Amino acid sequence: MQRIYEVMFIVRPDMPEEELDKLIVALDSQVTGAGGVVKAKEKMGKRRLAYSLGRFQDGFYVLLTLEGGGEMVHEIERRLRVTEPVLKFITVRMDEEQKRLDKMKKLRDAKKRTVPPPPVTAETAAAPVAPASATEAAPGEPASVTA
Amino acid sequence: MPEPTGRSSTGHSGGGHSGGGGHSGGYQGRSEGGARPPRPAGGPGGPGGRKFFRRKKVCKFCVEKIDGVSYKDVRLLQQFVAESGKIVPRRLTGVCTRHQRRVSAAIKQARNIALLPFSNR
Repeated sequence: MQRIYEVMFIVRPDMPEEELDKLIVALDSQVTGAGGVVKAKEKMGKRRLAYSLGRFQDGFYVLLTLEGGGEMVHEIERRLRVTEPVLKFITVRMDEEQKRLDKMKKLRDAKKRTVPPPPVTAETAAAPVAPASATEAAPGEPASVTA
Repeated sequence: MPEPTGRSSTGHSGGGHSGGGGHSGGYQGRSEGGARPPRPAGGPGGPGGRKFFRRKKVCKFCVEKIDGVSYKDVRLLQQFVAESGKIVPRRLTGVCTRHQRRVSAAIKQARNIALLPFSNR
C-alpha cells in the first residue's frame, strides 16, 4: 500500500470557496477511511483552459497527492465523476517515477561527493558512505513492499 | 530509367544525381550506392538531402540534466509543441528518444487536463 497517486481535477470557476473546501474535506475523509494518506493538497487557482469544457473557459485547478491502494483511487474517481461541479480529473501514478527520481538524485549526490579532489580523510569517508547508503537503500526497498 | 548503382530507389533521383541523395535521404538505413560520395555524419537532427553539416543538436534534457518531466510544467512542454498544438518531432528539437517519449506522454496527459490544447486553429 505504498502507491503514490496525483489526482488533479478541475472545478467550475463559479463554485464558491466553501463548497470547494467541503468537497476537499469529503475526499479527505474518504481517503483516510479507505486507509490512505493525503500527502498534499494544493489549490492551484483559477486558470484559463486550453479548450472550453462545457460552457466554461476558465477553471479552478486542485491537486491532491495521495498514498494508498488502487481501490481507494477507484472510489475517489467515482466520487469525482459524480460530483457535478467537477469538470475533469486525471489520476497519475507517481511511485515508480518517484523512485526513479530519487535514484537519479542519489546518483548525482554521490557523484558530487566523490568528484571534487578531496583530502585523504574525505576520500576514505566518501567511499564507505556510498556503499553504506546503497546497503541502506536495499533493505529499505523490500521492507516498503511488504508494508 | 537507367539506374547505374542498382539500388532500389523509389525517389525520382535521376541517374546522375548521386551527390545529394534522394528526397527521402538522411536515414542511416539507406544502402550506400557505390557512386555516392560518403556523406558527412550529420547530427541526429540533420535534415536529409543537404550537402552541408547541420549543427549538431543536443538534447535539452540531457544537457541540463532535467530528470522528471511532468504534465504540470506547461511552460517546459510548450517548447515542444508547435503553434498548431501538434507535438514537434525530435528531429527538429534535437531531443533524444528517451526524453522525447517522456515529453510526449506528458503532453498527452496535459492535453487531457486542459493545460495544453489538442489543436489550435
